[in-house]
Amino acid sequence: MKRVAICAVAQHKNESDIWYKRFQGMLLDILEEIQTKTGMDFSEQRGVRSVVSCSDDVFDARTISDNGVTDVLGAHYREEEKIAQEGLNAVGYAMSIILSGHEDLVYLAGHCKESQPESRNMCTNLGYDPFYGRPIGLDFTNVAALQAREYMHKSGIGDEHLADVVVRARQWASRNPYANATELVEKGEVMASPMLCDPIRRLHAYPVSDGAVGMLLASEERAREFTDTPVWITGFANCMDSYFLGDRDLSSNFALKKAAANAFRRAGIKDPKKAIDLVEIMDAYAYQQPMWLEGLGLCDEGQGARFIEENGPATYNVNLSGGMLAGNPIMLGGLYRAAEAVLQLKREAGEHQAADVKRALAHGTTGGAGQFHTVLVLEI
Amino acid sequence: MAVHKEDTSHCYVQFGRMALPNQYFAGRVGSRFIIALRDEHKILGVRCDKCKKVFVPPREYCERCMSRLDDNWVELSNEGVITNFTIVRYNDKHLPRKAPYVLALIKLDGADTPFAHIVEGIDPSKVTVGMRVKAVFAKETTNTILDIDHFEPL
Repeated sequence: MKRVAICAVAQHKNESDIWYKRFQGMLLDILEEIQTKTGMDFSEQRGVRSVVSCSDDVFDARTISDNGVTDVLGAHYREEEKIAQEGLNAVGYAMSIILSGHEDLVYLAGHCKESQPESRNMCTNLGYDPFYGRPIGLDFTNVAALQAREYMHKSGIGDEHLADVVVRARQWASRNPYANATELVEKGEVMASPMLCDPIRRLHAYPVSDGAVGMLLASEERAREFTDTPVWITGFANCMDSYFLGDRDLSSNFALKKAAANAFRRAGIKDPKKAIDLVEIMDAYAYQQPMWLEGLGLCDEGQGARFIEENGPATYNVNLSGGMLAGNPIMLGGLYRAAEAVLQLKREAGEHQAADVKRALAHGTTGGAGQFHTVLVLEI
Repeated sequence: MAVHKEDTSHCYVQFGRMALPNQYFAGRVGSRFIIALRDEHKILGVRCDKCKKVFVPPREYCERCMSRLDDNWVELSNEGVITNFTIVRYNDKHLPRKAPYVLALIKLDGADTPFAHIVEGIDPSKVTVGMRVKAVFAKETTNTILDIDHFEPL
């Protein structure tokens, strides 16, 4: 079986309004960091001949959003393909290019500035159909609130549990130089934060964020040309649930369970609780951290409340980066998770480095209320 | 990436107003639903006999068993039950009401899947899961689900 490595990652610092820098400039900084770290170039013989980009036309307010960035991705005069999906899927796509044998090196880069549109909720409203969803004003915030109510009822999660999740996320984010929301908050502050969309409070929601991420992927034969510490992709899978909200069991984690089962099977994992040393999950809203952990099998079904009370997130090294709650653009929530998992496996995570991480999991999701989930298993 | 303070003097920002008038065909199944709603104030679903489920909004095929459903229409009641809800407390241009308002999932009598709509005529803090509601039809058509203006408690 061929193996694919992630050789290096670069993250742009997340901020709420990087108005003074074009996303092209953000991507160029990322590319130059990858080149400095790996010595990678774009020569015809031994360089990168295939580029995978990740962006969204609506957030970029143009069609063919990759068209505006291919020069700063090194994509001119060679292959380029865009993933208009949450960025963790771009890792799967880049992996497939190498596994197919078509190329042995792929450069991957994603960007998104949530600050560019007047409102990110207006963008996600366009994810709904024009007859039944959009007119009602569905967006990823209010749809998440419906899921939050159902899940919290099922798992016994209350306002205090959610506050614990946010307090801990900020503690870890304060050690991560790339995180956006790094100010420490107290439990009472979270519980007194105004309701955004019941039961989601303002501090339960990730801040509007701009960012960019780059990665160099290589075949097993070539990975060590670029790094002494290649991180191997051993499992990748995703799964799509039904489109209409009413067709879905919103608290069942249907798609995540399927994605996790497939990724674990491919990685040879029987018991994720024993096999996984560190988890980075895309928790855009506080309730999602315990909920997605249930879907991944790290927390028992319906036991989210107890899991938080018993410090489950610390036991399983959950989101030592601060997670999505500390702020990433929605298109890159999972791609940032993968970048953080890679840093941990390479022992390059600095102040938030965990001990003895051999196998890590990165998770991404998109579609309102976790319609679509992606799971990546990485090993060193 | 090294994090450093940027010099932001002499920076110019252009503001855009991207808008593109366009059309969407509702599809034959969607058209029948919209026209019945608009002209007769009837809410239609489709039934999958194999899965024994009535879906609303209607669709041509059952995604579970792939049966064709568009010859198996069911007229649903204008009344139903709230299965889930949130109180939207932010304002935005894509939202149909000023905050705070109630966004709910409502399962009509005769349907097996709930769908999203607005609940009015009650203090949002009094709304509960299990509450019975009925459709109030809009005075002017938009040819969308907003031909039901909102639901209100029975």
